[in-house]
Amino acid sequence: MILKIKHFVAIVTIGLLTACQSKPQSLSEIEARQLPISDSITTDATIEAFVLPYRQRIDAVLDSTLAIAAKPISKEDGYYNTTAGNLMADIVLEQANPIFKKRTGEDIDFVLLNHGGIRAVISKGPVSARTAYEVMPFENSIAVVELSGQSVLAMIDYLIASKRAHPISGIQVVLTKSGELHSLSIAGKAFDVNKHYWVATSDYLTKGGDSMVFFKDALNITTVDYLIRNALIDYFKKVDTLSPVIDDRFYKME
Amino acid sequence: MERRKFLKNVSASTALVGLGGLSLQSCSLSAKKKVTILHTNDVHSHIDAFPQDHSQFPSLGGLAKRASLVDQIRKENPNTLLFDAGDIFQGTPYFNFYGGELEFKLMSMLKYDAATIGNHDFDNGIEGLYAQLPHATFELINANYDFKNTVLDSHVKPYKTYLVDGIKIGVYGVGIELNGLVTKALYKETLYLNPYEVAVDTEKLLKETEQCDIIVCLSHLGYQYQNTQKPYDLELASKTRHTDLIIGGHTHTFLDKPTIAKNAASRNVLVNQVGCFGINLGRIDFYFDDRKNLAASGASITI
Repeated sequence: MILKIKHFVAIVTIGLLTACQSKPQSLSEIEARQLPISDSITTDATIEAFVLPYRQRIDAVLDSTLAIAAKPISKEDGYYNTTAGNLMADIVLEQANPIFKKRTGEDIDFVLLNHGGIRAVISKGPVSARTAYEVMPFENSIAVVELSGQSVLAMIDYLIASKRAHPISGIQVVLTKSGELHSLSIAGKAFDVNKHYWVATSDYLTKGGDSMVFFKDALNITTVDYLIRNALIDYFKKVDTLSPVIDDRFYKME
Repeated sequence: MERRKFLKNVSASTALVGLGGLSLQSCSLSAKKKVTILHTNDVHSHIDAFPQDHSQFPSLGGLAKRASLVDQIRKENPNTLLFDAGDIFQGTPYFNFYGGELEFKLMSMLKYDAATIGNHDFDNGIEGLYAQLPHATFELINANYDFKNTVLDSHVKPYKTYLVDGIKIGVYGVGIELNGLVTKALYKETLYLNPYEVAVDTEKLLKETEQCDIIVCLSHLGYQYQNTQKPYDLELASKTRHTDLIIGGHTHTFLDKPTIAKNAASRNVLVNQVGCFGINLGRIDFYFDDRKNLAASGASITI
């Protein structure tokens, strides 16, 4: 008797389920909205508590003072060279050269970065690792490119035509009153078109970034495995004060 | 999957217990159904809300707030799925410090169901992405990257299906061409296949073989491009015939409202993208009933 009831129940249940499932479901209406994550939404306490130690660790590392900026350092304070550009290019030369020399026996002759790669102003006052993240948020590494003298001339043409103060170091470009190349010296010596030069730059630029096409003719590219941002942080740790100036590395004769 | 089985068992035993009250009524009750799909894109490691004094997004975003909103929507409708359209990584020190671990852990806590892969998700190399997989309880979905000769082989599925309240949802992913956008040393031997062709093949499989009721594409192609051969979402919509919803990313497009586009069968479909940095959550509700859908252009869409 009990078995029979069980059977009956099973049969009825299966029957009903089948009847339900056999009814076709069809999509009748779609409603689409965008919900802003606004201030008025409650903060989930579990998530907040989970994130907290991760955030505290980042803040502790990023916000400790490494150096002091004596004045605001900007990429907009000069026409042919700027304080921020000079600081950054000088840091790349100083920090990358020992590594490059150890690996290859060669010296970096000069540095070229791109103006657009400097992403923030360094304000007067304490400088921290967070400053380096603001100035250089990208994961770009230092690469050293071997260029022919001809390619260096193509690079100079690019610099003159770009009308932007792309950061340079270890090279001096002097323009005539009318804006043509007057003189060029590299690593303290007059430029020699028959010589090859080692140019430190960002790996981003070696791949055609910012239309720096002359890097396509590289004879050789050595990656230094050193993030530009880490070079900045290491330099900030090494010095007490940052006080870069606009100088005569790139100028037009009056 | 386990949860669904449990729910099915519960409803079966409920039917047994309540046999006396069983009637045709219980059938018509289950006939009207609602599936909610929530989505984000290009969150770029923005775990914290923007500061109050931010010039563009003051006090907006923040994962802990998104969590509350998702939770509230899930309480209203347990038949909810949550997706991301890629570029989970890169943009704040959280990524530089922890390599994406925190992003994946938090998305798992929010019970994301799946995400597709954006170009920035390769920023720590394909090994960097692979290394974070243990922290993800959600699926990575992409159909047009061939990972056969990489560490991601067999870890990324072309599509996934979900059975929610008897409604079958098929989700596939498409990604942007990596060459020229990501350094080869980072994506290694990943092969890029034409996303349009792959989308058409995959949606056909989801419709005909898997018999899905809703087909969703998670795309990191970008909303729209002018004067370029680069594939994009609006064009993808016009080339597909079974995809109901394209959840986009990459172009950080803030839309006033989701876009209604005509697909290859002249049916209206949805293309949506919710900007970037976790500023918004997209919400699409799909309503089902047992009436024959007579409109040739498909279901009515309210935006």
